[in-house]
Amino acid sequence: MAGNSPLVGVLALQGDVREHERVLDELGIEHSPVRTVDQLGEVNALIIPGGESGVIDKLTRIFDVRDALIDRIQGGLPVLGTCAGLIMLADRLTGGLVGQQTLGGLDVTVERNAFGSQVDSFETTIDMPPIGGAPIRSSFIRAPIVRDAGSAEIIATLPSGEIVGVRQGNIVGISFHPEVSNEVRVHEWWVRTVVTPALQ
Amino acid sequence: MAENTVGTLRIKSGLADMLKGGVIMDVVNAEQARIAEDAGAVAVMALERVPADIRAQGGVARMSDPDLIDAIKREVTIPVMAKARIGHFVEAQVLQALEVDYIDESEVLSPADYVNHIDKTNFTVPFVCGATNLGEALRRITEGAAMIRSKGEAGTGDVSEATKHIRTIRSEIAALAAKTADELFVAAKELQAPYELVKWVSENGQLPVVLFVAGGVATPADAAMMMQLGADGVFVGSGVFKSGNPVERAKAIVKATAAYTDAKVIAEVSRGLGEAMVGINVNDLPAPHRLSERGW
Repeated sequence: MAGNSPLVGVLALQGDVREHERVLDELGIEHSPVRTVDQLGEVNALIIPGGESGVIDKLTRIFDVRDALIDRIQGGLPVLGTCAGLIMLADRLTGGLVGQQTLGGLDVTVERNAFGSQVDSFETTIDMPPIGGAPIRSSFIRAPIVRDAGSAEIIATLPSGEIVGVRQGNIVGISFHPEVSNEVRVHEWWVRTVVTPALQ
Repeated sequence: MAENTVGTLRIKSGLADMLKGGVIMDVVNAEQARIAEDAGAVAVMALERVPADIRAQGGVARMSDPDLIDAIKREVTIPVMAKARIGHFVEAQVLQALEVDYIDESEVLSPADYVNHIDKTNFTVPFVCGATNLGEALRRITEGAAMIRSKGEAGTGDVSEATKHIRTIRSEIAALAAKTADELFVAAKELQAPYELVKWVSENGQLPVVLFVAGGVATPADAAMMMQLGADGVFVGSGVFKSGNPVERAKAIVKATAAYTDAKVIAEVSRGLGEAMVGINVNDLPAPHRLSERGW
Protein backbone atom coordinates (compact mmCIF):
# COMPACT_ATOMS: atom_id res chain seq x y z
CA MET A 1 0.00 0.00 0.00
CA ALA A 2 2.97 2.36 -0.16
CA GLY A 3 5.35 3.98 -2.58
CA ASN A 4 4.59 4.52 -6.21
CA SER A 5 3.03 1.20 -7.14
CA PRO A 6 -0.68 1.37 -6.45
CA LEU A 7 -3.01 -1.61 -6.29
CA VAL A 8 -6.07 -0.64 -8.32
CA GLY A 9 -9.33 -2.42 -7.50
CA VAL A 10 -11.93 -3.07 -10.18
CA LEU A 11 -15.48 -3.32 -8.81
CA ALA A 12 -16.36 -6.78 -10.15
CA LEU A 13 -20.09 -7.15 -9.48
CA GLN A 14 -21.26 -6.91 -13.12
CA GLY A 15 -20.15 -5.33 -16.39
CA ASP A 16 -16.99 -4.83 -18.43
CA VAL A 17 -14.53 -5.71 -15.67
CA ARG A 18 -12.27 -7.68 -18.03
CA GLU A 19 -11.79 -4.74 -20.43
CA HIS A 20 -10.55 -2.51 -17.58
CA GLU A 21 -8.25 -5.26 -16.35
CA ARG A 22 -6.81 -5.57 -19.86
CA VAL A 23 -5.99 -1.83 -19.94
CA LEU A 24 -4.33 -2.01 -16.51
CA ASP A 25 -2.34 -5.07 -17.66
CA GLU A 26 -1.19 -3.17 -20.72
CA LEU A 27 -0.04 -0.28 -18.50
CA GLY A 28 1.69 -2.68 -16.10
CA ILE A 29 -0.48 -1.56 -13.18
CA GLU A 30 -1.32 -4.05 -10.45
CA HIS A 31 -5.03 -4.69 -9.99
CA SER A 32 -7.46 -6.94 -8.17
CA PRO A 33 -11.21 -7.56 -8.30
CA VAL A 34 -13.36 -6.03 -5.57
CA ARG A 35 -16.57 -7.80 -4.52
CA THR A 36 -16.33 -7.63 -0.73
CA VAL A 37 -15.56 -5.13 2.02
CA ASP A 38 -12.30 -6.97 2.75
CA GLN A 39 -11.17 -6.78 -0.87
CA LEU A 40 -12.07 -3.07 -0.92
CA GLY A 41 -9.86 -2.56 2.12
CA GLU A 42 -6.80 -3.84 0.24
CA VAL A 43 -6.82 -1.41 -2.70
CA ASN A 44 -5.61 2.19 -2.97
CA ALA A 45 -7.82 3.15 -5.89
CA LEU A 46 -10.98 1.85 -7.53
CA ILE A 47 -12.45 1.59 -11.02
CA ILE A 48 -16.22 1.30 -11.31
CA PRO A 49 -16.74 -0.29 -14.74
CA GLY A 50 -19.44 -0.02 -17.34
CA GLY A 51 -22.42 -2.30 -17.04
CA GLU A 52 -26.07 -1.93 -16.14
CA SER A 53 -25.98 0.77 -13.43
CA GLY A 54 -29.28 -0.32 -11.89
CA VAL A 55 -27.94 -3.87 -11.51
CA ILE A 56 -24.57 -2.75 -10.11
CA ASP A 57 -26.50 -0.61 -7.60
CA LYS A 58 -28.65 -3.57 -6.52
CA LEU A 59 -25.62 -5.85 -6.19
CA THR A 60 -23.72 -3.34 -4.01
CA ARG A 61 -26.66 -3.53 -1.61
CA ILE A 62 -27.25 -7.29 -1.90
CA PHE A 63 -23.58 -8.02 -1.16
CA ASP A 64 -23.31 -5.37 1.58
CA VAL A 65 -20.48 -3.35 0.04
CA ARG A 66 -22.47 -0.16 -0.51
CA ASP A 67 -21.73 1.52 2.84
CA ALA A 68 -18.04 0.65 2.69
CA LEU A 69 -17.81 2.04 -0.85
CA ILE A 70 -19.43 5.30 0.23
CA ASP A 71 -17.09 5.56 3.25
CA ARG A 72 -13.97 5.08 1.16
CA ILE A 73 -15.11 7.42 -1.63
CA GLN A 74 -15.87 10.13 0.95
CA GLY A 75 -12.50 9.38 2.55
CA GLY A 76 -10.69 10.44 -0.63
CA LEU A 77 -10.19 7.09 -2.42
CA PRO A 78 -9.17 7.78 -6.04
CA VAL A 79 -12.00 6.49 -8.24
CA LEU A 80 -12.52 6.25 -11.99
CA GLY A 81 -16.03 5.51 -13.24
CA THR A 82 -16.90 4.79 -16.89
CA CYS A 83 -20.52 4.95 -18.12
CA ALA A 84 -22.42 3.05 -15.39
CA GLY A 85 -19.49 3.95 -13.13
CA LEU A 86 -20.12 7.66 -13.76
CA ILE A 87 -23.77 7.10 -12.86
CA MET A 88 -22.77 5.36 -9.61
CA LEU A 89 -20.56 8.35 -8.68
CA ALA A 90 -23.14 11.07 -9.40
CA ASP A 91 -24.83 12.81 -6.48
CA ARG A 92 -28.00 13.24 -8.55
CA LEU A 93 -29.50 10.91 -11.20
CA THR A 94 -32.34 11.26 -13.70
CA GLY A 95 -33.74 8.48 -15.87
CA GLY A 96 -32.77 5.79 -13.37
CA LEU A 97 -34.62 2.59 -12.53
CA VAL A 98 -37.38 2.62 -9.94
CA GLY A 99 -35.61 3.02 -6.59
CA GLN A 100 -32.13 3.25 -8.11
CA GLN A 101 -29.50 4.73 -5.77
CA THR A 102 -26.01 6.03 -6.44
CA LEU A 103 -22.93 6.09 -4.26
CA GLY A 104 -22.32 9.78 -4.94
CA GLY A 105 -19.11 11.75 -4.69
CA LEU A 106 -19.43 13.95 -7.77
CA ASP A 107 -21.58 17.07 -7.32
CA VAL A 108 -23.24 16.50 -10.69
CA THR A 109 -26.58 15.55 -12.19
CA VAL A 110 -26.31 12.65 -14.65
CA GLU A 111 -29.02 11.50 -17.06
CA ARG A 112 -28.92 7.76 -17.58
CA ASN A 113 -29.12 6.35 -21.12
CA ALA A 114 -29.32 9.87 -22.52
CA PHE A 115 -28.61 9.19 -26.21
CA GLY A 116 -31.45 6.69 -26.83
CA SER A 117 -31.43 2.99 -27.64
CA GLN A 118 -28.53 0.85 -28.88
CA VAL A 119 -28.96 1.93 -32.53
CA ASP A 120 -27.92 5.42 -31.32
CA SER A 121 -24.73 4.15 -29.64
CA PHE A 122 -21.58 5.35 -31.40
CA GLU A 123 -17.82 5.51 -31.62
CA THR A 124 -15.99 8.80 -31.87
CA THR A 125 -12.82 10.60 -30.86
CA ILE A 126 -12.94 13.27 -28.22
CA ASP A 127 -10.59 15.99 -26.95
CA MET A 128 -9.77 15.75 -23.27
CA PRO A 129 -7.81 18.93 -22.40
CA PRO A 130 -6.22 17.54 -19.20
CA ILE A 131 -4.75 14.66 -21.22
CA GLY A 132 -3.86 16.52 -24.40
CA GLY A 133 -2.26 14.91 -27.43
CA ALA A 134 -4.30 13.18 -30.08
CA PRO A 135 -8.05 12.91 -29.47
CA ILE A 136 -9.16 10.03 -27.22
CA ARG A 137 -10.81 7.04 -28.91
CA SER A 138 -14.10 6.37 -27.19
CA SER A 139 -17.26 4.24 -27.36
CA PHE A 140 -20.58 5.66 -26.17
CA ILE A 141 -22.86 2.68 -25.47
CA ARG A 142 -26.34 3.60 -24.21
CA ALA A 143 -24.31 6.28 -22.49
CA PRO A 144 -25.21 8.82 -19.82
CA ILE A 145 -24.68 12.60 -20.09
CA VAL A 146 -23.77 15.06 -17.32
CA ARG A 147 -26.64 17.56 -17.39
CA ASP A 148 -25.31 19.77 -14.60
CA ALA A 149 -21.64 19.68 -13.60
CA GLY A 150 -22.26 21.52 -10.31
CA SER A 151 -18.93 22.26 -8.63
CA ALA A 152 -17.07 19.56 -10.60
CA GLU A 153 -14.44 20.38 -13.22
CA ILE A 154 -15.49 19.55 -16.79
CA ILE A 155 -12.80 17.46 -18.50
CA ALA A 156 -14.57 16.22 -21.65
CA THR A 157 -17.25 17.71 -23.89
CA LEU A 158 -18.71 16.51 -27.18
CA PRO A 159 -18.64 18.91 -30.16
CA SER A 160 -22.42 19.19 -29.73
CA GLY A 161 -21.86 20.58 -26.22
CA GLU A 162 -22.82 17.66 -23.98
CA ILE A 163 -20.63 17.20 -20.91
CA VAL A 164 -19.22 13.68 -20.90
CA GLY A 165 -16.35 13.85 -18.41
CA VAL A 166 -15.97 15.44 -14.97
CA ARG A 167 -13.46 15.47 -12.14
CA GLN A 168 -13.90 16.46 -8.53
CA GLY A 169 -10.91 15.94 -6.25
CA ASN A 170 -9.85 12.31 -6.60
CA ILE A 171 -13.00 11.25 -8.43
CA VAL A 172 -13.15 11.07 -12.23
CA GLY A 173 -16.30 10.08 -14.12
CA ILE A 174 -16.70 9.74 -17.89
CA SER A 175 -19.72 8.79 -20.02
CA PHE A 176 -17.77 6.64 -22.44
CA HIS A 177 -15.59 3.54 -22.63
CA PRO A 178 -11.93 4.08 -23.52
CA GLU A 179 -11.44 0.48 -22.31
CA VAL A 180 -13.68 -0.84 -25.10
CA SER A 181 -11.82 1.24 -27.70
CA ASN A 182 -8.30 -0.08 -26.95
CA GLU A 183 -7.51 3.35 -25.51
CA VAL A 184 -5.17 3.35 -22.51
CA ARG A 185 -4.40 7.07 -22.11
CA VAL A 186 -7.34 7.91 -19.84
CA HIS A 187 -6.34 5.20 -17.34
CA GLU A 188 -2.66 6.20 -17.63
CA TRP A 189 -3.53 9.85 -16.94
CA TRP A 190 -5.80 8.95 -13.99
CA VAL A 191 -3.16 6.76 -12.36
CA ARG A 192 -0.40 9.33 -12.93
CA THR A 193 -2.26 12.49 -11.85
CA VAL A 194 -4.83 11.20 -9.35
CA VAL A 195 -3.87 7.78 -7.94
CA THR A 196 -0.12 8.12 -7.56
CA PRO A 197 -0.17 11.60 -5.92
CA ALA A 198 -2.81 10.33 -3.45
CA LEU A 199 -0.39 7.61 -2.33
CA GLN A 200 2.28 10.09 -1.25
CA MET B 1 -13.06 16.14 -34.60
CA ALA B 2 -14.12 12.81 -36.01
CA GLU B 3 -17.72 12.04 -36.86
CA ASN B 4 -19.79 9.71 -34.76
CA THR B 5 -19.92 6.20 -36.21
CA VAL B 6 -22.85 3.94 -35.35
CA GLY B 7 -23.24 0.19 -35.78
CA THR B 8 -19.55 -0.77 -35.67
CA LEU B 9 -18.64 -4.23 -34.42
CA ARG B 10 -16.98 -2.60 -31.42
CA ILE B 11 -20.20 -0.78 -30.49
CA LYS B 12 -22.26 -3.92 -31.08
CA SER B 13 -20.06 -6.28 -29.07
CA GLY B 14 -19.46 -3.46 -26.55
CA LEU B 15 -23.08 -3.60 -25.39
CA ALA B 16 -22.69 -7.34 -24.81
CA ASP B 17 -19.54 -6.58 -22.79
CA MET B 18 -21.68 -4.39 -20.51
CA LEU B 19 -24.10 -7.28 -19.90
CA LYS B 20 -21.40 -9.63 -18.58
CA GLY B 21 -22.06 -11.20 -15.21
CA GLY B 22 -25.76 -10.61 -15.69
CA VAL B 23 -29.02 -12.43 -16.35
CA ILE B 24 -31.22 -11.82 -19.42
CA MET B 25 -34.83 -12.89 -18.87
CA ASP B 26 -37.57 -13.87 -21.33
CA VAL B 27 -40.73 -11.82 -20.75
CA VAL B 28 -44.07 -11.93 -22.56
CA ASN B 29 -45.67 -8.72 -21.27
CA ALA B 30 -44.92 -5.43 -19.52
CA GLU B 31 -45.79 -6.85 -16.11
CA GLN B 32 -43.16 -9.58 -16.42
CA ALA B 33 -40.67 -7.03 -17.75
CA ARG B 34 -41.26 -4.96 -14.60
CA ILE B 35 -40.59 -8.01 -12.41
CA ALA B 36 -37.40 -8.80 -14.36
CA GLU B 37 -36.02 -5.25 -14.11
CA ASP B 38 -36.89 -5.01 -10.42
CA ALA B 39 -35.16 -8.35 -9.79
CA GLY B 40 -31.91 -7.10 -11.36
CA ALA B 41 -32.01 -8.50 -14.92
CA VAL B 42 -29.42 -6.78 -17.17
CA ALA B 43 -31.80 -7.03 -20.15
CA VAL B 44 -35.10 -8.58 -21.14
CA MET B 45 -36.02 -10.67 -24.18
CA ALA B 46 -39.46 -9.66 -25.43
CA LEU B 47 -41.43 -12.52 -26.96
CA GLU B 48 -45.04 -13.66 -27.29
CA ARG B 49 -44.63 -17.10 -25.77
CA VAL B 50 -41.85 -18.49 -23.65
CA PRO B 51 -40.17 -21.55 -25.19
CA ALA B 52 -42.04 -23.96 -22.89
CA ASP B 53 -45.35 -22.71 -24.34
CA ILE B 54 -44.06 -22.70 -27.92
CA ARG B 55 -43.12 -26.32 -27.31
CA ALA B 56 -46.50 -27.20 -25.74
CA GLN B 57 -48.69 -25.33 -28.22
CA GLY B 58 -46.77 -26.08 -31.41
CA GLY B 59 -47.44 -24.25 -34.67
CA VAL B 60 -45.17 -21.72 -36.36
CA ALA B 61 -43.46 -19.39 -33.91
CA ARG B 62 -42.67 -15.92 -35.31
CA MET B 63 -41.39 -12.47 -34.35
CA SER B 64 -43.49 -10.75 -31.67
CA ASP B 65 -46.20 -8.18 -32.32
CA PRO B 66 -44.62 -4.67 -32.45
CA ASP B 67 -47.24 -3.46 -29.95
CA LEU B 68 -45.96 -6.01 -27.41
CA ILE B 69 -42.37 -4.93 -27.96
CA ASP B 70 -43.32 -1.25 -27.64
CA ALA B 71 -45.22 -1.93 -24.41
CA ILE B 72 -42.18 -3.64 -22.92
CA LYS B 73 -39.86 -0.86 -24.12
CA ARG B 74 -42.12 1.67 -22.39
CA GLU B 75 -42.12 -0.31 -19.15
CA VAL B 76 -38.38 -0.77 -18.59
CA THR B 77 -35.17 1.19 -19.18
CA ILE B 78 -32.75 -1.77 -19.32
CA PRO B 79 -31.93 -3.07 -22.82
CA VAL B 80 -34.79 -4.82 -24.65
CA MET B 81 -33.96 -7.70 -26.97
CA ALA B 82 -36.34 -9.45 -29.36
CA LYS B 83 -36.22 -12.60 -31.49
CA ALA B 84 -36.28 -12.94 -35.26
CA ARG B 85 -36.60 -16.27 -37.07
CA ILE B 86 -33.40 -17.78 -38.45
CA GLY B 87 -32.84 -16.28 -41.90
CA HIS B 88 -35.79 -13.87 -41.69
CA PHE B 89 -34.00 -10.66 -42.51
CA VAL B 90 -37.22 -8.67 -42.85
CA GLU B 91 -38.28 -9.53 -39.29
CA ALA B 92 -34.83 -8.25 -38.34
CA GLN B 93 -35.39 -5.05 -40.34
CA VAL B 94 -38.68 -4.56 -38.50
CA LEU B 95 -37.04 -5.11 -35.11
CA GLN B 96 -34.33 -2.59 -35.99
CA ALA B 97 -37.03 -0.09 -37.01
CA LEU B 98 -38.65 -0.67 -33.60
CA GLU B 99 -35.26 0.22 -32.05
CA VAL B 100 -34.81 -2.89 -29.98
CA ASP B 101 -31.34 -2.98 -28.41
CA TYR B 102 -30.38 -6.50 -29.57
CA ILE B 103 -31.86 -9.04 -32.00
CA ASP B 104 -31.71 -12.75 -31.19
CA GLU B 105 -31.71 -14.77 -34.43
CA SER B 106 -33.23 -17.69 -32.62
CA GLU B 107 -33.84 -21.39 -33.12
CA VAL B 108 -36.68 -21.07 -30.59
CA LEU B 109 -38.76 -19.58 -33.41
CA SER B 110 -39.52 -21.54 -36.57
CA PRO B 111 -36.71 -21.05 -39.11
CA ALA B 112 -37.61 -18.94 -42.17
CA ASP B 113 -34.66 -20.16 -44.23
CA TYR B 114 -33.15 -23.62 -43.93
CA VAL B 115 -30.02 -22.64 -45.86
CA ASN B 116 -28.98 -19.09 -44.97
CA HIS B 117 -28.80 -17.16 -41.75
CA ILE B 118 -29.33 -13.38 -41.75
CA ASP B 119 -26.43 -11.25 -43.06
CA LYS B 120 -26.04 -9.42 -39.77
CA THR B 121 -23.31 -7.11 -41.08
CA ASN B 122 -26.05 -5.12 -42.84
CA PHE B 123 -27.61 -3.93 -39.58
CA THR B 124 -26.90 -1.16 -37.07
CA VAL B 125 -28.55 -3.12 -34.25
CA PRO B 126 -26.39 -5.94 -32.86
CA PHE B 127 -27.30 -9.65 -33.04
CA VAL B 128 -26.91 -12.54 -30.64
CA CYS B 129 -27.02 -16.05 -32.13
CA GLY B 130 -27.14 -19.55 -30.72
CA ALA B 131 -24.41 -22.15 -31.15
CA THR B 132 -23.89 -25.74 -30.05
CA ASN B 133 -20.17 -25.87 -30.91
CA LEU B 134 -17.23 -23.68 -31.86
CA GLY B 135 -17.61 -23.99 -35.63
CA GLU B 136 -21.23 -22.88 -35.46
CA ALA B 137 -20.28 -19.95 -33.19
CA LEU B 138 -17.55 -18.83 -35.62
CA ARG B 139 -19.88 -19.07 -38.62
CA ARG B 140 -22.39 -16.82 -36.82
CA ILE B 141 -19.62 -14.35 -35.94
CA THR B 142 -18.53 -14.32 -39.59
CA GLU B 143 -22.10 -13.37 -40.52
CA GLY B 144 -21.88 -10.45 -38.07
CA ALA B 145 -23.14 -11.79 -34.73
CA ALA B 146 -21.76 -9.62 -31.88
CA MET B 147 -22.63 -12.04 -29.09
CA ILE B 148 -22.98 -15.82 -28.89
CA ARG B 149 -25.17 -17.85 -26.59
CA SER B 150 -24.83 -21.57 -26.33
CA LYS B 151 -28.20 -23.05 -27.30
CA GLY B 152 -29.02 -25.61 -24.70
CA GLU B 153 -32.52 -27.03 -25.17
CA ALA B 154 -34.98 -24.15 -24.67
CA GLY B 155 -38.26 -24.67 -22.83
CA THR B 156 -37.27 -27.87 -21.06
CA GLY B 157 -35.89 -26.79 -17.68
CA ASP B 158 -33.30 -29.53 -18.32
CA VAL B 159 -29.84 -27.97 -18.11
CA SER B 160 -27.97 -30.95 -19.57
CA GLU B 161 -27.84 -29.65 -23.15
CA ALA B 162 -26.67 -26.23 -21.95
CA THR B 163 -23.91 -28.00 -20.05
CA LYS B 164 -22.96 -30.01 -23.12
CA HIS B 165 -22.82 -26.96 -25.39
CA ILE B 166 -20.77 -24.68 -23.12
CA ARG B 167 -18.38 -27.54 -22.35
CA THR B 168 -18.06 -28.32 -26.07
CA ILE B 169 -17.36 -24.72 -27.05
CA ARG B 170 -14.87 -24.19 -24.22
CA SER B 171 -13.00 -27.43 -24.88
CA GLU B 172 -12.85 -26.78 -28.64
CA ILE B 173 -11.38 -23.34 -27.92
CA ALA B 174 -8.80 -24.92 -25.59
CA ALA B 175 -7.92 -27.52 -28.23
CA LEU B 176 -7.51 -24.78 -30.83
CA ALA B 177 -5.27 -22.77 -28.50
CA ALA B 178 -3.02 -25.83 -28.14
CA LYS B 179 -2.50 -26.22 -31.90
CA THR B 180 0.62 -25.10 -33.72
CA ALA B 181 0.36 -22.52 -36.49
CA ASP B 182 0.67 -25.09 -39.28
CA GLU B 183 -2.26 -27.09 -37.89
CA LEU B 184 -4.71 -24.16 -38.09
CA PHE B 185 -5.39 -24.49 -41.82
CA VAL B 186 -6.91 -27.93 -41.37
CA ALA B 187 -8.59 -26.80 -38.15
CA ALA B 188 -10.36 -24.07 -40.15
CA LYS B 189 -11.49 -26.66 -42.67
CA GLU B 190 -12.79 -28.95 -39.95
CA LEU B 191 -14.54 -26.15 -38.08
CA GLN B 192 -15.99 -24.87 -41.40
CA ALA B 193 -15.01 -21.37 -40.35
CA PRO B 194 -12.72 -18.70 -41.86
CA TYR B 195 -9.01 -19.24 -41.24
CA GLU B 196 -8.38 -15.69 -39.91
CA LEU B 197 -11.04 -16.11 -37.24
CA VAL B 198 -9.80 -19.59 -36.31
CA LYS B 199 -6.28 -18.17 -36.00
CA TRP B 200 -7.52 -15.33 -33.76
CA VAL B 201 -9.29 -17.76 -31.42
CA SER B 202 -6.22 -19.98 -31.30
CA GLU B 203 -3.95 -17.05 -30.40
CA ASN B 204 -6.31 -15.50 -27.85
CA GLY B 205 -7.84 -18.62 -26.30
CA GLN B 206 -11.32 -17.13 -26.36
CA LEU B 207 -14.13 -16.08 -28.70
CA PRO B 208 -13.85 -12.54 -30.06
CA VAL B 209 -17.32 -11.80 -28.62
CA VAL B 210 -19.14 -12.42 -25.35
CA LEU B 211 -20.41 -15.97 -24.69
CA PHE B 212 -23.62 -16.42 -22.67
CA VAL B 213 -25.43 -19.67 -21.91
CA ALA B 214 -29.10 -20.36 -22.67
CA GLY B 215 -31.60 -23.20 -22.79
CA GLY B 216 -32.78 -25.07 -19.72
CA VAL B 217 -31.52 -22.89 -16.85
CA ALA B 218 -34.20 -23.15 -14.14
CA THR B 219 -32.53 -22.75 -10.73
CA PRO B 220 -29.93 -20.49 -9.07
CA ALA B 221 -27.56 -23.47 -8.96
CA ASP B 222 -28.04 -24.05 -12.72
CA ALA B 223 -27.06 -20.43 -13.39
CA ALA B 224 -24.02 -20.57 -11.09
CA MET B 225 -22.89 -23.84 -12.71
CA MET B 226 -22.98 -22.25 -16.16
CA MET B 227 -20.88 -19.36 -14.85
CA GLN B 228 -18.38 -21.75 -13.27
CA LEU B 229 -18.16 -23.56 -16.62
CA GLY B 230 -16.99 -20.28 -18.17
CA ALA B 231 -20.12 -18.45 -19.33
CA ASP B 232 -20.02 -14.63 -19.34
CA GLY B 233 -23.69 -14.52 -18.31
CA VAL B 234 -26.98 -16.39 -18.50
CA PHE B 235 -30.24 -16.28 -20.44
CA VAL B 236 -33.25 -17.59 -18.51
CA GLY B 237 -36.22 -18.36 -20.69
CA SER B 238 -39.14 -20.28 -19.26
CA GLY B 239 -37.32 -20.91 -15.96
CA VAL B 240 -38.53 -17.77 -14.18
CA PHE B 241 -42.11 -17.22 -15.29
CA LYS B 242 -43.05 -20.93 -15.51
CA SER B 243 -42.08 -21.38 -11.85
CA GLY B 244 -44.15 -21.11 -8.68
CA ASN B 245 -42.69 -17.79 -7.49
CA PRO B 246 -41.26 -15.76 -10.39
CA VAL B 247 -40.44 -12.67 -8.28
CA GLU B 248 -38.26 -14.53 -5.79
CA ARG B 249 -36.78 -16.93 -8.35
CA ALA B 250 -35.76 -14.06 -10.63
CA LYS B 251 -33.95 -12.32 -7.75
CA ALA B 252 -32.32 -15.56 -6.65
CA ILE B 253 -30.95 -16.33 -10.12
CA VAL B 254 -29.52 -12.80 -10.38
CA LYS B 255 -27.74 -13.20 -7.03
CA ALA B 256 -26.42 -16.68 -7.79
CA THR B 257 -25.09 -15.52 -11.17
CA ALA B 258 -23.20 -12.62 -9.57
CA ALA B 259 -21.85 -14.71 -6.66
CA TYR B 260 -21.40 -17.88 -8.70
CA THR B 261 -18.40 -19.21 -6.78
CA ASP B 262 -19.93 -18.68 -3.33
CA ALA B 263 -21.88 -21.83 -2.40
CA LYS B 264 -23.17 -20.23 0.80
CA VAL B 265 -24.84 -17.45 -1.17
CA ILE B 266 -26.24 -19.95 -3.68
CA ALA B 267 -27.60 -22.09 -0.81
CA GLU B 268 -29.19 -19.08 0.85
CA VAL B 269 -30.91 -17.81 -2.30
CA SER B 270 -32.13 -21.33 -3.16
CA ARG B 271 -34.34 -21.49 -0.05
CA GLY B 272 -38.12 -21.12 -0.23
CA LEU B 273 -38.42 -20.50 -3.97
CA GLY B 274 -41.42 -22.81 -4.38
CA GLU B 275 -41.82 -25.03 -7.41
CA ALA B 276 -39.28 -24.83 -10.23
CA MET B 277 -40.70 -25.15 -13.73
CA VAL B 278 -41.96 -28.68 -14.25
CA GLY B 279 -39.51 -29.52 -16.99
CA ILE B 280 -39.06 -32.11 -19.68
CA ASN B 281 -36.09 -34.44 -19.87
CA VAL B 282 -34.24 -33.78 -23.11
CA ASN B 283 -33.87 -37.55 -23.65
CA ASP B 284 -37.66 -37.87 -23.77
CA LEU B 285 -37.89 -35.37 -26.62
CA PRO B 286 -38.10 -36.94 -30.06
CA ALA B 287 -35.28 -35.56 -32.23
CA PRO B 288 -37.55 -33.47 -34.51
CA HIS B 289 -38.72 -31.54 -31.44
CA ARG B 290 -35.22 -30.54 -30.38
CA LEU B 291 -34.80 -26.84 -31.05
CA SER B 292 -31.02 -26.89 -30.71
CA GLU B 293 -30.79 -28.84 -33.97
CA ARG B 294 -32.19 -25.85 -35.86
CA GLY B 295 -29.38 -23.71 -37.30
CA TRP B 296 -26.12 -25.01 -38.66
